[in-house]
Amino acid sequence: MSAPNSSFDPKQVSALGEDAVNEMVAAALVDIAGAADLAALKEVRLAHAGDRSPLALANREIGALPPAAKVEVGKRVGEARARIKEALTSREEVLQRQRDEEVLVAEAVDVTVPTTRRSLGGRHPLTTLMEAMADVFIAMGYSVAEGPELEAEWVNFDALNVPADHPARTMQDTFYVTSQDSGAVLRTQTSPIQIRAMLSRELPIHVVAPGRVYRTDELDATHTPVFHQIEGLAVDEGLTMADLKGTLDHLAEQMFGAGIVTRLRPSYFPFTEPSAEVDLECFVCRGESVGNPERPCRTCGSEGWIEWGGCGMVNPRVLRSVGIDADVYSGFAFGMGIERTLMFRNGVTDMHDMVEGDVRFTRAFGVEA
Amino acid sequence: MLISSSWLRELTGVDASGRDIAARLIAAGLEVEGVHVVGEGLTGALVVGRVLEIEELTEFKKPIRFCQVEVGAENGEGSTGVRGIICGARNFNVGDLVVVALPGTVLPGGFQIASRETYGRLSDGMICSEREMGLGDDHDGILVLTPDSANPGDDVRPILGIGDQVLDIAVTPDRGYALSARGIAREVAIAYGVAFVDPVDLAPDLPAPSARAVPVECGSDDFSACDLFTLSTVLGFDPSARTPQWMRNRLRDCGMRSVSLAVDITNYVMLELGQPLHAFDVDRLQGAVIAGRPAEGELFTTLDHVERALVADDLVIRDDRGAIGLAGVMGGLDAEISDTTTNIALESAHFSEAVIARSSRRYRLSSEASRRFERGVDRTLAPYAAARAMALLLELGGGEYVGMTAVEAPMTETVIEMDADLPARVAGMPIDSKKSVELLRAVGCAVTEVANAGNSLRVVPPTWRPDLTDPADLVEEVLRLIGYENLPSTLPVAPAGTGLTKSQRIRRRVGTTLAHHGFVEVLTYPFVGPEDLRQLRIPDSDPRRAMPRLANPLSDEAPWMRGALLFTLLPAARRNIGRGHSSVQIFELGSVFLGEVSNNAIPSMGVDQRPTADQWSALESALPHQPLHCAGVLAGEIENSSWWGTGRISDWSDAVEAAREIAETCGVELFARNGNDPMFHPGRCAELLIHDAVGEPIVIGYAGELHPTVSEDFGLPARSCAFEVDLDQIIAAAPAVRPAPVFSTHPVAKEDLALVVDASVEAAAVEQALREGAGPLLESIRLFDVYTGPQVGEGKKSLAFALRLRADDRTLSAEETAAVRQAAITAAEAACGATLR
Repeated sequence: MSAPNSSFDPKQVSALGEDAVNEMVAAALVDIAGAADLAALKEVRLAHAGDRSPLALANREIGALPPAAKVEVGKRVGEARARIKEALTSREEVLQRQRDEEVLVAEAVDVTVPTTRRSLGGRHPLTTLMEAMADVFIAMGYSVAEGPELEAEWVNFDALNVPADHPARTMQDTFYVTSQDSGAVLRTQTSPIQIRAMLSRELPIHVVAPGRVYRTDELDATHTPVFHQIEGLAVDEGLTMADLKGTLDHLAEQMFGAGIVTRLRPSYFPFTEPSAEVDLECFVCRGESVGNPERPCRTCGSEGWIEWGGCGMVNPRVLRSVGIDADVYSGFAFGMGIERTLMFRNGVTDMHDMVEGDVRFTRAFGVEA
Repeated sequence: MLISSSWLRELTGVDASGRDIAARLIAAGLEVEGVHVVGEGLTGALVVGRVLEIEELTEFKKPIRFCQVEVGAENGEGSTGVRGIICGARNFNVGDLVVVALPGTVLPGGFQIASRETYGRLSDGMICSEREMGLGDDHDGILVLTPDSANPGDDVRPILGIGDQVLDIAVTPDRGYALSARGIAREVAIAYGVAFVDPVDLAPDLPAPSARAVPVECGSDDFSACDLFTLSTVLGFDPSARTPQWMRNRLRDCGMRSVSLAVDITNYVMLELGQPLHAFDVDRLQGAVIAGRPAEGELFTTLDHVERALVADDLVIRDDRGAIGLAGVMGGLDAEISDTTTNIALESAHFSEAVIARSSRRYRLSSEASRRFERGVDRTLAPYAAARAMALLLELGGGEYVGMTAVEAPMTETVIEMDADLPARVAGMPIDSKKSVELLRAVGCAVTEVANAGNSLRVVPPTWRPDLTDPADLVEEVLRLIGYENLPSTLPVAPAGTGLTKSQRIRRRVGTTLAHHGFVEVLTYPFVGPEDLRQLRIPDSDPRRAMPRLANPLSDEAPWMRGALLFTLLPAARRNIGRGHSSVQIFELGSVFLGEVSNNAIPSMGVDQRPTADQWSALESALPHQPLHCAGVLAGEIENSSWWGTGRISDWSDAVEAAREIAETCGVELFARNGNDPMFHPGRCAELLIHDAVGEPIVIGYAGELHPTVSEDFGLPARSCAFEVDLDQIIAAAPAVRPAPVFSTHPVAKEDLALVVDASVEAAAVEQALREGAGPLLESIRLFDVYTGPQVGEGKKSLAFALRLRADDRTLSAEETAAVRQAAITAAEAACGATLR
C-alpha cells in the first residue's frame, strides 16, 4: 500500500479524527488482550504498532495538516500510540511469564526413575565395628597397638605364660608354620600384641589391639578358622580388678546403650590371674525375658546375659617375661571376638556371610556398621 | 566332667537341685555348661519284674518270647501280680529281674506303652532296654538287674537313678582336681558353706596282706617322670562278678560305659578321687613292673590296636618282656585284663604333667587318664586310691589281697608367701585378711602368719592344687569365693593419649575412599594353593611364591599364606560373579606374607626375664615380612546401564585410577610405567611407582587389565581389571605435614598443542619433556586427546595437551606465551622425536 501524495493535498483527513483514532486504539487493545502467546502478540504488534499499522499511516498524514490542526492531532496520535505500546509491553510480560512457566512444566521429569549410575561401595562391618570399639578407647586416652599375624610362638604362647607342654596350648588349635618346631605360628589370639606393646612402650601402658587371628576350626555357622578379636591392656601402678570392671562397663555402655553393664565370672586364662569371663547384659531385653516365656529374647536366648569375652588381671609371670616389675606395676587385660559381637549386635545369623565376601552382605552396612 | 547331683549330695550333704548347684558353681568359677535329667521325658509306672516263664514263639520271622512276669500284687493279675509280655530280646532267663513299663507309661521320645495284641498274644506292658529308657546307648538286649537286688513291683526309678540331675562341667586346664567327684564336692561344700569330709580321709581298711603269695614288684627308672609308683595285687578275683547297679548308674551319669567289674572299679575310683588307675593281668606279666623311658623307635601296640613307634621322651610301663603301657595315656594290648582274669595287679601312680602332655599330643591320644595327669593329679593320692579300689574289688569280686609294692621320690612342698592385703589391693575393695585366710583354708591351704613379717602370710597349697604356685593364684581363690559380682566398678583415668597413628588414620581413609568409589570391602581367608597360582599364571621363579607354608593347613589344596592379596581376592570375585552379580568391584586391605620360614627359625627364649635386644631382633628378623597391601578387582560395568544410556565397562585405567586415589589419600603422587606382571595383559599392565621419603622412585604395585586367561579361569567377565599396592610403602612416603600451595592471581594463558610421536612413545615421557621445556611459567598440563589413524600415519599417534601458563607477578605478554610454547615443543622434539601436528 503506497501512501497518497498528501504533501500537495493539505486537506482534512478523516482518519485523524478523534473517533477514528479511538477506534484504532480500541481495536488494538482488543487484539492485544486476545493474543494467546508471544507469537500471536508479535503479529498483533506488527498490525497495530508496526510501520504500516493504521496509526503509523495516520501519523504520516499529520505533516499535511494545517499548522493549527498539527498540534492537536499530533498529540492525539502520540497518546494513542503510547497506549498501544504500553498495552503491548504489559501483555508481553504476562505472556513471557506464562511461557516461562510452561517451559518448567514441560521440563518435568519422573523423579522415581533409578538414579544409581555408580553402585555404592562399602566397608566390611567387621572393620568398622573394630574401629568403633577402638574409638571408645581412643577417647579414653588409649593407643591402638599392632602386631604381625604370623607370629613367633614365644610371643603367642611362652611369654603369655602358656608353657610348651601345658594343656592350655591345646585349648586353641594352632596353625603351625613350616613345622611344629619352627617356632612360628599364626597368632591364635590378639594377646601377643600385649607382649609387643609391653616390650616397646613406656609405662604406663594403655593400648587396645584389634586384629585378625587364626585357629584350625572348620568353617560352619558359628566357627571360622580366620576371625577377629579386640584386645585391651592397661599396665600402671595400682590398677585393680574394679578398674577392669569399670572399663568393661564403659565399653558396654558406649557400644550397647546407657546403663548396659557387664558381669564377670571366674575362669581361666594362662596370661591373667585372676581371670574371668565377661558377660554382657542383654541390650535387647535387659533381662526381662528371664523366666518370662511370654517374652522370649532371641538375642540372649532368654538368659539375660550374652557371653562376650575373657579378661583378668595380667599374670605377674607375663609381666616378668617382658621385664616389668610386678611388685610395682599391675595391669588388666581383656579381649572379645568381633565376629561374635557383630553376630549378636547386628543380628548376623551365619558366619559364612562374614567370610565369603558376597558384596550384598557388606554393601548393606555402607561405611558404618 | 559329668557328675550327678545325687553323688554330690552323698559327699556333701547338700540337698539342692542340680540347677541351684550349677548356679553356685558357676559363680565360683566352674563352668557348668548344662544340667540334664536322667531318663528325661519318662513318665508313668516303671517297676521291677521277675521273669516266671518264657514261652518261645517260633512261628515268626525272628524268635519272639512271650514271658510271664511277676510285677507286684497291685500291678498285675493274681496275688503276686503277673502279666504276659511279648519281648524280642533273648539276654535273660527265668528268675531274672527286669524293668517293666506298665501300660500308660510314656518312654522318652513320647513312646506310649499300652496293652495290645501282638504276635498272637496280648502283651500287657514292655520289658525295657537302657536305650528305651533314655539311659544310654546300650541296645544289646534288655536291662537285667542284679539278682536279689529288688522285689517285683518295686519302683525302678531309685534303682536306676532316674530323675537324677547331671551337671556337665567344662573343666579349665588349671583345675585338674575338678575332674573328680572329690574336687567338685569340695567346691559345692564351700559354695554352700558346709563342712567337707574328704573321701580320702575315709580311707578303707584293707585286710592284712596274705602271706601265701608275694605281690608283683614295681619300680621307677626315672623319678623326674614318675615320682610315685604303687602296684597292688589281688589273686582269685571272680571275673563273673557283676558290677552293682549303683556303680553302673554313676559311671553312666559320668558318660562311661560299664565294661567289667574290675575295669568299672578302676574307672569309678578315678571318677570319685581323680586318680587314674590301670589294671594288669598278673598271669600275663613277667617280672617287675617298671616305669621308664622306651628305646627310641621301640614298637608298642596300644589298647586301640594301633602299633606306634615310641620316642625316648615318652614314658612307658614295662615288664621283663617290654612295654605294657604308655604311662598315663593308654594301656597296652598284651597285659590287659580280660573277662577271664582272676589275678590283678593294679597300677596307681603319679606322672609328670609335661611328660604325659607331650605323649598325649604326640600320638593324638587324649584319654580320661591323660586329661587328668596333664592337668595335675594330687601327688599323695595314689596309695589311697589303690586302697579304695582294692577294697571295692575284694568286696564285690572276692579274692585274696597279697599286698602293695611302691617306690617314691621325696616330695617338695610348695610354699607361697603373700601379703595379707594383696587380695584387697588386686580387687580394689577392702577385704579383711581374716576372710582371705578363711577362704584359703576352705580350699585346702595351710595358712600361717609369718612371724616378724608384719602382714605376710605363709601359704602351703593342698596337694590336689598344683595350679596354686603364685600369690596371684591365691588372690583368684579369695576373689572367686567372695564372688566377682561383689567387685566394685571404677573407671581408671589414663594419661592423655596420642590418638591414632598416621598409618592408622590413613588406612581408615583409604577404605572410605575406595568405598565412596564403589568398591566393596571383603575379608578373604589368606590361604592359597598351587592350583590358585597356576590359574594366576605365577611362574615358579616369581618371588611371591616364597610364601610361608602351614604345617597343618585346613586343606592340602591351600597350604600357603598369600604372597599377594590378589591371590585370594580373585577367588572372592569369582564367588560373586558365580552368585549372579554381573559386575563386581571389591577391595581388601590386609597383610601379605613374604618369605618362607625355615625349621627352628625362631629360637625359644626363657620367660623369667625380658628378652635381650639381640634375642628380640633375632626373633623379629626370623619372621617373614608382612606388609599391609591394598588390592581391588573390577569386573564388568563400573557405571550402570539404565534410562540414561549404556553403562561403562571398567577398563585398565579405572584400576590405575583407583591406585592413584589411594596414593592421593596419603598425599603421595603416584606415577605409572608399562609393566609386565604375569597376572596381567602384557600390553595393559601398569607398574605403579612413587617417590620414597628420600625422593627415589620405587615400585609399589601394579594395575591394569587381567590376562585374558586369568579372567577366563576365574570365570570373570572379559577384560576384568585389578590393582595391588603396598600400602605400607605409600604410608611411609606420606608427608607428615602438607605445605600450603602458593598461587598467582594474574590472568592465565592457555595454549593447546598436538604432537605426533611414534606409537611406542609413552605419553608420560612427552608430558615430562613438555614440562621441562615450558619451565616455571607452566602452571599445569593435561593430556586431553590421543589420536591414531590415517591423519597421522602408520605407527604414529597424536597427543593433544592443554597447557596453562601463568606468572606470579605479571600478566604474560603474547610474546612470552609464544616463547614458552615453542620451548616446550622444542624439548618434546628433542626428547621424544615429537613434531607439531
